[in-house]
Amino acid sequence: MNGPTEQEKAAPEETPALAVESLTIGYGSKAIMAGIDFRLRRGEIFFILGGSGSGKSTLLKTLIGLIPPLKGKVSFFGQLFDGDDPRGQQALLQRTGVLYQGGALFSSMNLRENVALPLRIHTRLDEKTILALADYKLRLVELGMAGDRFPSEISGGMMKRAGLARALALDPEILFFDEPSAGLDPVTSHQLDETIRRLNHSLGTTVVVVSHELASIFALAERIVFLDAASRQQLEVGDPRTLRTDSPHATVREFLARGGDDSAKQEPPAVPA
Amino acid sequence: MPPLVSLAMFREMGALMTGIILSGRTGSAFAARIGSMKANDELNALQTMGVSPFDFIVLPRLLALVLLMPLLGFLASWAGVMGGFLMSVSFLGLTPATYVTQTAQSLDLANFLIGPVKSVVFGALIALIGCQQGMAAGASASSVGRAATSAVVQAITWIIVADALFAILMNLYGS
Repeated sequence: MNGPTEQEKAAPEETPALAVESLTIGYGSKAIMAGIDFRLRRGEIFFILGGSGSGKSTLLKTLIGLIPPLKGKVSFFGQLFDGDDPRGQQALLQRTGVLYQGGALFSSMNLRENVALPLRIHTRLDEKTILALADYKLRLVELGMAGDRFPSEISGGMMKRAGLARALALDPEILFFDEPSAGLDPVTSHQLDETIRRLNHSLGTTVVVVSHELASIFALAERIVFLDAASRQQLEVGDPRTLRTDSPHATVREFLARGGDDSAKQEPPAVPA
Repeated sequence: MPPLVSLAMFREMGALMTGIILSGRTGSAFAARIGSMKANDELNALQTMGVSPFDFIVLPRLLALVLLMPLLGFLASWAGVMGGFLMSVSFLGLTPATYVTQTAQSLDLANFLIGPVKSVVFGALIALIGCQQGMAAGASASSVGRAATSAVVQAITWIIVADALFAILMNLYGS
Protein backbone atom coordinates (compact mmCIF):
# COMPACT_ATOMS: atom_id res chain seq x y z
CA MET A 1 0.00 0.00 0.00
CA ASN A 2 2.32 2.67 1.27
CA GLY A 3 5.41 0.69 0.40
CA PRO A 4 6.21 2.21 -3.00
CA THR A 5 5.85 5.83 -1.89
CA GLU A 6 8.10 5.02 1.02
CA GLN A 7 10.81 3.73 -1.22
CA GLU A 8 10.48 6.62 -3.67
CA LYS A 9 10.99 9.12 -0.89
CA ALA A 10 14.04 7.32 0.34
CA ALA A 11 15.37 6.56 -3.13
CA PRO A 12 17.81 9.48 -3.47
CA GLU A 13 19.77 8.20 -0.48
CA GLU A 14 19.85 4.66 0.75
CA THR A 15 16.74 3.16 2.30
CA PRO A 16 16.69 4.11 5.98
CA ALA A 17 17.00 1.25 8.43
CA LEU A 18 14.13 2.74 10.38
CA ALA A 19 11.86 5.59 9.37
CA VAL A 20 9.36 7.18 11.74
CA GLU A 21 6.93 9.60 10.17
CA SER A 22 4.69 12.04 12.05
CA LEU A 23 4.06 9.40 14.69
CA THR A 24 1.65 9.88 17.57
CA ILE A 25 2.13 7.44 20.42
CA GLY A 26 0.06 6.64 23.45
CA TYR A 27 -2.30 4.13 24.99
CA GLY A 28 -5.87 3.75 23.84
CA SER A 29 -7.08 7.23 22.97
CA LYS A 30 -4.61 8.98 25.27
CA ALA A 31 -1.77 10.47 23.22
CA ILE A 32 1.50 10.91 25.07
CA MET A 33 3.64 12.40 22.32
CA ALA A 34 2.88 13.59 18.82
CA GLY A 35 4.79 14.52 15.68
CA ILE A 36 7.72 12.17 16.13
CA ASP A 37 9.72 12.10 12.94
CA PHE A 38 13.20 10.74 12.24
CA ARG A 39 15.15 8.42 9.97
CA LEU A 40 18.02 6.15 10.85
CA ARG A 41 20.95 5.41 8.57
CA ARG A 42 22.07 1.82 8.51
CA GLY A 43 24.82 1.20 11.02
CA GLU A 44 23.98 4.26 13.04
CA ILE A 45 23.85 4.45 16.86
CA PHE A 46 20.79 6.47 17.75
CA PHE A 47 19.53 7.46 21.20
CA ILE A 48 15.99 8.26 22.25
CA LEU A 49 16.18 10.83 25.05
CA GLY A 50 13.72 12.60 27.24
CA GLY A 51 12.85 13.14 30.85
CA SER A 52 10.76 10.77 32.91
CA GLY A 53 7.23 10.45 31.56
CA SER A 54 8.16 11.80 28.15
CA GLY A 55 7.15 8.57 26.43
CA LYS A 56 10.56 7.13 25.62
CA SER A 57 9.52 3.63 26.58
CA THR A 58 6.15 4.04 24.87
CA LEU A 59 7.97 5.05 21.69
CA LEU A 60 10.14 1.96 21.95
CA LYS A 61 7.10 -0.25 22.48
CA THR A 62 5.48 1.30 19.43
CA LEU A 63 8.59 0.75 17.33
CA ILE A 64 8.67 -2.96 18.18
CA GLY A 65 4.97 -3.45 17.68
CA LEU A 66 3.91 -4.05 21.29
CA ILE A 67 1.42 -1.20 21.11
CA PRO A 68 -0.07 0.23 17.93
CA PRO A 69 0.73 3.81 16.90
CA LEU A 70 -2.19 6.23 17.27
CA LYS A 71 -1.20 8.06 14.10
CA GLY A 72 1.64 8.14 11.60
CA LYS A 73 3.79 5.27 10.45
CA VAL A 74 6.91 3.29 11.14
CA SER A 75 8.87 1.48 8.48
CA PHE A 76 11.91 -0.76 8.56
CA PHE A 77 14.21 -1.01 5.53
CA GLY A 78 11.60 0.79 3.45
CA GLN A 79 8.84 -1.65 4.36
CA LEU A 80 5.84 -0.45 6.32
CA PHE A 81 5.62 -1.89 9.84
CA ASP A 82 1.90 -2.33 10.05
CA GLY A 83 -0.12 -3.86 12.88
CA ASP A 84 -2.89 -4.79 10.44
CA ASP A 85 -0.48 -7.20 8.75
CA PRO A 86 0.75 -9.39 11.61
CA ARG A 87 2.67 -11.70 9.32
CA GLY A 88 4.60 -8.89 7.64
CA GLN A 89 5.16 -7.26 11.01
CA GLN A 90 6.54 -10.49 12.42
CA ALA A 91 8.83 -10.92 9.40
CA LEU A 92 10.28 -7.45 10.04
CA LEU A 93 10.57 -8.12 13.77
CA GLN A 94 12.74 -11.13 12.98
CA ARG A 95 15.26 -8.73 11.49
CA THR A 96 15.38 -6.83 14.79
CA GLY A 97 16.48 -7.72 18.29
CA VAL A 98 15.38 -6.22 21.58
CA LEU A 99 17.23 -6.05 24.87
CA TYR A 100 14.63 -5.36 27.55
CA GLN A 101 15.45 -3.48 30.70
CA GLY A 102 15.88 -6.49 32.98
CA GLY A 103 17.07 -8.79 30.22
CA ALA A 104 13.67 -10.55 30.13
CA LEU A 105 15.33 -13.96 30.25
CA PHE A 106 13.03 -16.92 30.70
CA SER A 107 13.74 -18.10 34.21
CA SER A 108 12.87 -21.73 33.52
CA MET A 109 15.66 -22.04 30.94
CA ASN A 110 19.40 -21.80 31.25
CA LEU A 111 21.22 -19.13 29.28
CA ARG A 112 22.03 -21.41 26.35
CA GLU A 113 18.38 -22.43 25.99
CA ASN A 114 17.30 -18.80 26.24
CA VAL A 115 19.54 -17.84 23.36
CA ALA A 116 18.56 -20.96 21.42
CA LEU A 117 14.83 -20.25 21.66
CA PRO A 118 14.54 -17.77 18.76
CA LEU A 119 16.63 -20.15 16.63
CA ARG A 120 14.35 -23.05 17.48
CA ILE A 121 11.30 -21.04 16.54
CA HIS A 122 12.46 -19.33 13.38
CA THR A 123 15.04 -21.62 11.83
CA ARG A 124 15.13 -25.23 10.72
CA LEU A 125 18.65 -25.83 11.93
CA ASP A 126 19.45 -29.09 13.64
CA GLU A 127 19.88 -29.31 17.40
CA LYS A 128 23.68 -29.41 17.29
CA THR A 129 23.96 -26.28 15.14
CA ILE A 130 21.45 -24.41 17.26
CA LEU A 131 23.36 -25.13 20.47
CA ALA A 132 26.67 -24.26 18.81
CA LEU A 133 25.21 -20.97 17.57
CA ALA A 134 23.79 -20.20 21.01
CA ASP A 135 27.20 -20.78 22.57
CA TYR A 136 28.79 -18.58 19.92
CA LYS A 137 26.35 -15.73 20.69
CA LEU A 138 27.08 -16.12 24.39
CA ARG A 139 30.81 -15.85 23.64
CA LEU A 140 30.12 -12.63 21.70
CA VAL A 141 28.91 -11.05 24.94
CA GLU A 142 31.65 -12.72 27.01
CA LEU A 143 29.37 -15.27 28.63
CA GLY A 144 30.87 -18.29 26.89
CA MET A 145 31.35 -20.13 30.17
CA ALA A 146 27.89 -19.42 31.58
CA GLY A 147 25.66 -21.31 29.14
CA ASP A 148 24.56 -23.84 31.77
CA ARG A 149 23.63 -21.27 34.39
CA PHE A 150 20.10 -20.10 35.07
CA PRO A 151 18.99 -16.45 35.14
CA SER A 152 18.47 -16.60 38.90
CA GLU A 153 22.12 -17.54 39.38
CA ILE A 154 23.72 -14.59 37.59
CA SER A 155 24.17 -10.87 38.21
CA GLY A 156 22.14 -8.05 36.69
CA GLY A 157 24.94 -7.15 34.30
CA MET A 158 25.24 -10.74 33.13
CA MET A 159 21.47 -10.92 32.64
CA LYS A 160 21.61 -7.94 30.34
CA ARG A 161 24.47 -9.45 28.38
CA ALA A 162 22.63 -12.75 28.12
CA GLY A 163 19.54 -10.86 26.97
CA LEU A 164 21.74 -9.21 24.39
CA ALA A 165 23.02 -12.58 23.23
CA ARG A 166 19.41 -13.69 22.79
CA ALA A 167 18.60 -10.48 20.91
CA LEU A 168 21.54 -11.28 18.62
CA ALA A 169 20.39 -14.85 17.99
CA LEU A 170 18.87 -14.22 14.58
CA ASP A 171 21.61 -11.80 13.45
CA PRO A 172 19.38 -8.72 13.60
CA GLU A 173 19.97 -5.66 11.44
CA ILE A 174 18.58 -3.37 14.13
CA LEU A 175 19.04 -3.73 17.86
CA PHE A 176 16.82 -1.96 20.36
CA PHE A 177 17.97 -1.32 23.92
CA ASP A 178 15.59 -0.31 26.68
CA GLU A 179 17.54 1.61 29.34
CA PRO A 180 20.64 -0.58 29.14
CA SER A 181 22.34 1.17 32.05
CA ALA A 182 19.37 0.96 34.42
CA GLY A 183 20.32 -0.91 37.58
CA LEU A 184 23.99 -1.27 36.63
CA ASP A 185 26.94 0.29 38.40
CA PRO A 186 29.00 2.74 36.30
CA VAL A 187 31.73 0.21 35.50
CA THR A 188 29.35 -2.53 34.36
CA SER A 189 27.32 0.04 32.49
CA HIS A 190 30.47 1.22 30.72
CA GLN A 191 31.34 -2.37 29.80
CA LEU A 192 27.90 -2.84 28.31
CA ASP A 193 28.36 0.36 26.30
CA GLU A 194 31.65 -1.01 25.01
CA THR A 195 29.93 -4.25 24.02
CA ILE A 196 27.28 -2.27 22.15
CA ARG A 197 29.94 -0.26 20.35
CA ARG A 198 31.91 -3.38 19.48
CA LEU A 199 28.84 -5.11 18.02
CA ASN A 200 27.94 -2.01 16.06
CA HIS A 201 31.47 -1.85 14.63
CA SER A 202 31.98 -5.50 13.87
CA LEU A 203 28.50 -6.49 12.74
CA GLY A 204 27.33 -3.16 11.35
CA THR A 205 24.13 -3.45 13.36
CA THR A 206 21.99 -0.33 13.60
CA VAL A 207 21.46 0.48 17.27
CA VAL A 208 18.55 2.30 18.90
CA VAL A 209 18.91 3.03 22.61
CA VAL A 210 16.36 4.43 25.02
CA SER A 211 18.32 6.01 27.82
CA HIS A 212 18.87 9.05 29.94
CA GLU A 213 22.35 8.02 30.99
CA LEU A 214 24.45 10.94 29.78
CA ALA A 215 27.74 9.08 29.99
CA SER A 216 26.41 6.51 27.52
CA ILE A 217 24.90 9.15 25.28
CA PHE A 218 28.17 10.99 24.78
CA ALA A 219 30.16 7.79 24.54
CA LEU A 220 27.98 6.14 21.91
CA ALA A 221 25.33 8.29 20.27
CA GLU A 222 25.88 9.57 16.76
CA ARG A 223 22.51 11.24 16.83
CA ILE A 224 19.68 11.59 19.30
CA VAL A 225 16.02 12.44 19.29
CA PHE A 226 14.82 14.47 22.25
CA LEU A 227 11.26 13.99 23.46
CA ASP A 228 9.90 16.78 25.62
CA ALA A 229 7.32 15.82 28.23
CA ALA A 230 6.07 19.39 28.71
CA SER A 231 5.22 20.19 25.09
CA ARG A 232 4.51 16.53 24.19
CA GLN A 233 6.65 16.93 21.11
CA GLN A 234 9.97 15.95 19.71
CA LEU A 235 12.25 18.97 20.09
CA GLU A 236 15.43 17.96 18.33
CA VAL A 237 17.09 15.34 16.19
CA GLY A 238 20.83 15.59 15.82
CA ASP A 239 24.32 15.17 17.21
CA PRO A 240 24.23 15.48 21.02
CA ARG A 241 27.63 17.23 21.12
CA THR A 242 26.39 20.03 18.86
CA LEU A 243 22.96 20.18 20.47
CA ARG A 244 24.46 20.58 23.92
CA THR A 245 25.63 24.08 23.02
CA ASP A 246 23.70 24.99 19.87
CA SER A 247 20.16 23.79 20.41
CA PRO A 248 17.64 26.64 20.37
CA HIS A 249 15.70 24.80 23.07
CA ALA A 250 16.83 25.49 26.62
CA THR A 251 15.39 22.13 27.79
CA VAL A 252 17.62 20.22 25.41
CA ARG A 253 20.73 22.25 26.25
CA GLU A 254 20.10 21.81 29.96
CA PHE A 255 19.45 18.10 29.67
CA LEU A 256 22.63 17.52 27.71
CA ALA A 257 24.80 20.06 29.52
CA ARG A 258 24.34 18.28 32.82
CA GLY A 259 26.54 15.78 31.06
CA GLY A 260 29.53 18.03 31.73
CA ASP A 261 28.95 17.92 35.47
CA ASP A 262 27.88 14.30 35.51
CA SER A 263 30.77 12.91 33.53
CA ALA A 264 33.14 14.93 35.69
CA LYS A 265 31.55 13.37 38.74
CA GLN A 266 31.88 9.90 37.29
CA GLU A 267 35.45 10.45 36.11
CA PRO A 268 37.33 9.00 39.12
CA PRO A 269 37.58 5.26 38.49
CA ALA A 270 35.10 3.38 40.65
CA VAL A 271 36.34 0.76 43.04
CA PRO A 272 36.26 -2.60 41.25
CA ALA A 273 33.18 -4.55 42.31
CA MET B 1 -21.19 -46.44 56.29
CA PRO B 2 -18.83 -47.78 53.59
CA PRO B 3 -21.06 -46.73 50.67
CA LEU B 4 -21.55 -43.33 52.23
CA VAL B 5 -17.82 -42.73 52.49
CA SER B 6 -16.96 -44.07 49.07
CA LEU B 7 -19.77 -42.26 47.27
CA ALA B 8 -19.05 -38.99 49.04
CA MET B 9 -15.37 -39.27 48.30
CA PHE B 10 -15.60 -40.36 44.70
CA ARG B 11 -18.52 -38.21 43.62
CA GLU B 12 -17.90 -35.04 45.61
CA MET B 13 -15.13 -34.63 48.09
CA GLY B 14 -12.14 -36.00 46.18
CA ALA B 15 -12.44 -33.64 43.24
CA LEU B 16 -13.67 -30.69 45.27
CA MET B 17 -10.97 -30.89 47.92
CA THR B 18 -8.23 -31.38 45.37
CA GLY B 19 -9.62 -28.46 43.40
CA ILE B 20 -9.61 -26.15 46.39
CA ILE B 21 -6.13 -27.21 47.46
CA LEU B 22 -4.73 -26.80 43.95
CA SER B 23 -6.41 -23.40 43.60
CA GLY B 24 -4.52 -22.25 46.63
CA ARG B 25 -1.29 -23.93 45.74
CA THR B 26 -1.05 -24.00 41.96
CA GLY B 27 -3.51 -21.40 40.70
CA SER B 28 -1.90 -18.73 42.83
CA ALA B 29 1.56 -19.91 41.78
CA PHE B 30 0.60 -19.62 38.12
CA ALA B 31 -0.71 -16.10 38.61
CA ALA B 32 2.34 -15.02 40.60
CA ARG B 33 4.78 -16.60 38.18
CA ILE B 34 3.15 -15.19 35.07
CA GLY B 35 2.66 -11.82 36.74
CA SER B 36 6.35 -11.60 37.53
CA MET B 37 7.21 -12.75 34.02
CA LYS B 38 5.11 -9.89 32.77
CA ALA B 39 6.82 -7.40 35.09
CA ASN B 40 10.18 -8.63 33.74
CA ASP B 41 9.08 -8.03 30.11
CA GLU B 42 9.21 -11.77 29.41
CA LEU B 43 5.75 -11.72 27.86
CA ASN B 44 6.78 -8.79 25.65
CA ALA B 45 9.91 -10.69 24.71
CA LEU B 46 7.81 -13.66 23.63
CA GLN B 47 5.62 -11.41 21.55
CA THR B 48 8.49 -9.72 19.75
CA MET B 49 10.04 -13.16 19.21
CA GLY B 50 6.87 -14.21 17.48
CA VAL B 51 5.85 -16.81 20.06
CA SER B 52 2.24 -16.86 21.11
CA PRO B 53 2.05 -16.45 24.89
CA PHE B 54 -0.89 -18.87 24.83
CA ASP B 55 1.22 -21.69 23.38
CA PHE B 56 4.19 -20.95 25.56
CA ILE B 57 2.57 -19.98 28.85
CA VAL B 58 -1.03 -21.15 29.05
CA LEU B 59 -1.14 -24.41 27.12
CA PRO B 60 1.52 -26.32 29.08
CA ARG B 61 -0.07 -25.27 32.38
CA LEU B 62 -3.54 -26.13 31.17
CA LEU B 63 -2.41 -29.57 30.01
CA ALA B 64 -0.55 -30.20 33.24
CA LEU B 65 -3.57 -29.54 35.42
CA VAL B 66 -6.09 -31.23 33.14
CA LEU B 67 -3.97 -34.39 33.14
CA LEU B 68 -2.92 -34.38 36.78
CA MET B 69 -6.06 -33.20 38.55
CA PRO B 70 -7.95 -36.47 37.92
CA LEU B 71 -5.03 -38.46 39.26
CA LEU B 72 -4.76 -36.32 42.37
CA GLY B 73 -8.51 -36.37 42.86
CA PHE B 74 -8.48 -40.14 42.53
CA LEU B 75 -5.73 -40.38 45.09
CA ALA B 76 -7.65 -38.11 47.44
CA SER B 77 -10.76 -40.27 47.05
CA TRP B 78 -8.85 -43.42 47.88
CA ALA B 79 -7.24 -41.74 50.86
CA GLY B 80 -10.74 -40.88 52.06
CA VAL B 81 -11.93 -44.43 51.60
CA MET B 82 -8.89 -45.72 53.47
CA GLY B 83 -9.67 -43.31 56.30
CA GLY B 84 -13.22 -44.63 56.38
CA PHE B 85 -11.83 -48.16 56.47
CA LEU B 86 -9.62 -47.48 59.49
CA MET B 87 -12.43 -45.70 61.28
CA SER B 88 -15.03 -48.38 60.56
CA VAL B 89 -12.81 -51.30 61.42
CA SER B 90 -11.31 -49.87 64.60
CA PHE B 91 -14.27 -48.01 66.09
CA LEU B 92 -17.47 -49.24 64.46
CA GLY B 93 -16.70 -52.93 64.61
CA LEU B 94 -17.05 -53.67 60.90
CA THR B 95 -14.87 -56.47 59.58
CA PRO B 96 -12.39 -55.45 56.92
CA ALA B 97 -14.09 -57.83 54.47
CA THR B 98 -17.51 -56.21 54.97
CA TYR B 99 -16.10 -52.76 54.40
CA VAL B 100 -14.30 -53.81 51.21
CA THR B 101 -17.28 -55.64 49.69
CA GLN B 102 -19.73 -52.87 50.54
CA THR B 103 -17.38 -50.28 49.11
CA ALA B 104 -16.91 -52.29 45.95
CA GLN B 105 -20.67 -52.73 45.53
CA SER B 106 -21.38 -49.05 45.92
CA LEU B 107 -18.94 -47.98 43.24
CA ASP B 108 -20.36 -48.66 39.82
CA LEU B 109 -18.67 -47.23 36.76
CA ALA B 110 -20.73 -44.00 36.75
CA ASN B 111 -19.85 -43.16 40.34
CA PHE B 112 -16.28 -44.05 39.66
CA LEU B 113 -16.05 -41.68 36.65
CA ILE B 114 -17.88 -38.63 37.99
CA GLY B 115 -14.91 -37.56 40.11
CA PRO B 116 -12.31 -37.64 37.34
CA VAL B 117 -14.65 -35.81 34.96
CA LYS B 118 -15.19 -33.09 37.51
CA SER B 119 -11.46 -32.98 38.20
CA VAL B 120 -10.70 -32.30 34.55
CA VAL B 121 -13.09 -29.36 34.56
CA PHE B 122 -11.80 -28.02 37.87
CA GLY B 123 -8.20 -28.37 36.67
CA ALA B 124 -8.98 -26.41 33.50
CA LEU B 125 -10.68 -23.69 35.56
CA ILE B 126 -7.73 -23.37 37.95
CA ALA B 127 -5.19 -23.20 35.12
CA LEU B 128 -7.13 -20.75 32.96
CA ILE B 129 -8.02 -18.43 35.83
CA GLY B 130 -4.47 -18.52 37.22
CA CYS B 131 -2.95 -17.71 33.81
CA GLN B 132 -5.53 -15.04 33.03
CA GLN B 133 -4.96 -13.29 36.37
CA GLY B 134 -1.19 -13.43 35.87
CA MET B 135 -1.38 -11.96 32.40
CA ALA B 136 -3.73 -9.21 33.55
CA ALA B 137 -1.46 -8.24 36.44
CA GLY B 138 0.16 -4.83 36.47
CA ALA B 139 3.89 -4.31 36.51
CA SER B 140 4.34 -3.70 40.25
CA ALA B 141 5.15 -6.20 42.97
CA SER B 142 1.90 -5.50 44.80
CA SER B 143 -0.20 -6.14 41.71
CA VAL B 144 1.47 -9.53 41.33
CA GLY B 145 0.38 -10.33 44.89
CA ARG B 146 -3.11 -9.14 44.14
CA ALA B 147 -3.23 -11.29 41.01
CA ALA B 148 -2.28 -14.35 43.06
CA THR B 149 -4.97 -13.64 45.62
CA SER B 150 -7.72 -13.08 43.12
CA ALA B 151 -6.65 -16.19 41.19
CA VAL B 152 -7.35 -18.26 44.33
CA VAL B 153 -10.62 -16.54 45.16
CA GLN B 154 -11.94 -16.75 41.62
CA ALA B 155 -10.82 -20.32 41.06
CA ILE B 156 -12.50 -21.54 44.25
CA THR B 157 -15.67 -19.62 43.44
CA TRP B 158 -15.87 -21.05 39.94
CA ILE B 159 -15.09 -24.55 41.17
CA ILE B 160 -18.05 -24.36 43.54
CA VAL B 161 -20.25 -22.98 40.75
CA ALA B 162 -19.12 -25.76 38.42
CA ASP B 163 -19.71 -28.34 41.14
CA ALA B 164 -23.24 -27.04 41.59
CA LEU B 165 -23.82 -27.28 37.84
CA PHE B 166 -22.58 -30.86 37.92
CA ALA B 167 -25.04 -31.60 40.71
CA ILE B 168 -27.91 -30.16 38.66
CA LEU B 169 -26.85 -32.09 35.56
CA MET B 170 -26.58 -35.33 37.46
CA ASN B 171 -29.96 -34.80 39.01
CA LEU B 172 -31.44 -34.25 35.56
CA TYR B 173 -29.82 -37.33 34.10
CA GLY B 174 -30.41 -39.36 37.21
CA SER B 175 -26.99 -40.83 37.80
